[in-house]
Amino acid sequence: MAYPQTTKTILTAADISRTVDRIAHQILEKTEGARDAVLLGIPTRGYPLARRLAGRIATFEDVSIPVGVLDVTLYRDDLRMRAARAIGKTQIPPAGIDGRLVILVDDVLFSGRTVRAALDALGDLGRPRAVQLAVLVDRGHRELPIRADYVGKNIPTSLIESVRVRLSETDGADEVQLYAGTDGVAAHTNGAAERRVVA
Amino acid sequence: MITHLLSAADLDAATATQVLDTAREMAGLADREVKKLPTLRGRTVVNLFYEDSTRTRTSFEVAAKRLSADVINFSAKGSSVSKGESLKDTALTLQAMGADAVVIRHMASGAPHRLARWIDGSVINAGDGTHEHPTQALLDAYTMRSRLGRLAGLQVVIVGDVLHSRVARSNVHLLHTLGAKVTLVAPPTLLPVGVGSWPAAVSYDLDSALSDADVVMMLRVQRERLAGGSVTARDTFFPSDREYSRRYGLDDARLRRMPAHAIVMHPGPMNRGVEITAEVADSTRSTIVEQVGNGVSVRMAVLYLMLGGL
Repeated sequence: MAYPQTTKTILTAADISRTVDRIAHQILEKTEGARDAVLLGIPTRGYPLARRLAGRIATFEDVSIPVGVLDVTLYRDDLRMRAARAIGKTQIPPAGIDGRLVILVDDVLFSGRTVRAALDALGDLGRPRAVQLAVLVDRGHRELPIRADYVGKNIPTSLIESVRVRLSETDGADEVQLYAGTDGVAAHTNGAAERRVVA
Repeated sequence: MITHLLSAADLDAATATQVLDTAREMAGLADREVKKLPTLRGRTVVNLFYEDSTRTRTSFEVAAKRLSADVINFSAKGSSVSKGESLKDTALTLQAMGADAVVIRHMASGAPHRLARWIDGSVINAGDGTHEHPTQALLDAYTMRSRLGRLAGLQVVIVGDVLHSRVARSNVHLLHTLGAKVTLVAPPTLLPVGVGSWPAAVSYDLDSALSDADVVMMLRVQRERLAGGSVTARDTFFPSDREYSRRYGLDDARLRRMPAHAIVMHPGPMNRGVEITAEVADSTRSTIVEQVGNGVSVRMAVLYLMLGGL
């Protein structure tokens, strides 16, 4: 798709790599070794991020953390604002989530509505000991009382801007950009709905 | 997305594939502790059944309930229909009650098409006369794809009462759209007029069709449709059950002549001993029970794609 003129790179590939390393260290520190942790990535880009985090944690401390993917489409509160969307894969590690520390991983934290949907989905899958949230970018503008436990980078944004995260696994390259205007997919919706879609 | 699902012929390859892919994700729900999704909360699905059905009605009911929709079961027996209410008046009544989708089974071919013009909600054809049964075709395609890994290029043999079978008709359309090759095998008396124009090959000889089949789908001999089911009327279609099963029934000997990977399907309910022997029906190559489970996933996918969005 064509990008507007005012695109600014916020994180380069090297920045993303350092940021993932730091979050991995923070997870180890805050969870005292992450022994009972499970990383669940929210599609599309939360999953590769979760895998990277698990990979880094394995190199730092020799702990193997199960990684899964949690699609939240069917739990969203904005389903009726657009045509039915394709649903993604959900794959919970064989050990399950009961009694474990689930760390949700997503690329951008914005309104918080995706995370709310993820919390509802988790409730139907089991009963974790605790749930934490790791995001690569927090761009503010929360619409729900939700905060992240691990934040790669805080990016102050305006509502007429969009954050685009690209990862080599899904987009061929690592980069985080900020640009003016909202995403093309959201063009037919308005206001609050539009903001949700972009996040 | 889809507004109504009236005929398998209305589905293009992309839409049909989207339904099958969505169904695959829905299938994961069956293994979960809480078999429920909040997706269709507040939506109402009406099952409007003018004909007897166990698996289709139950399947739609389970599918809608797993997506948290409210389900109203309405069968012609014990309703105002038995007092002479017309389909149109029944439909308008349901409409006034706020049905978002109506799942209809009717003995008259084309009834769902009429219904779709009278009401605002979505209409899903759950079998109309001898015309179509699109969700059955979708669940059959889903079963083939999950067992054999693909649909394009598959050799599918559909055997039996094609004349009265809405399952056969819907399957021919959908499988053709998805790139499979269909051969219909039946006695000449049980093939519809104009079958030559269908996108399928036709044969009268089961044994020659079996050797390169990937899928063999047996159809039920529809006693109730064979001109009212009287014995004399049935005799005009084929001489006896015994002769029918000898020429068109699937038994152990025929199963052994099929390729080792080939599967046996049947939409149910079966007449064991007529179109299929008990040993074949219960063999590991038969997908008959699997088809029922897949039916729920496929119907969840259809309901989601119809009602889950705008």
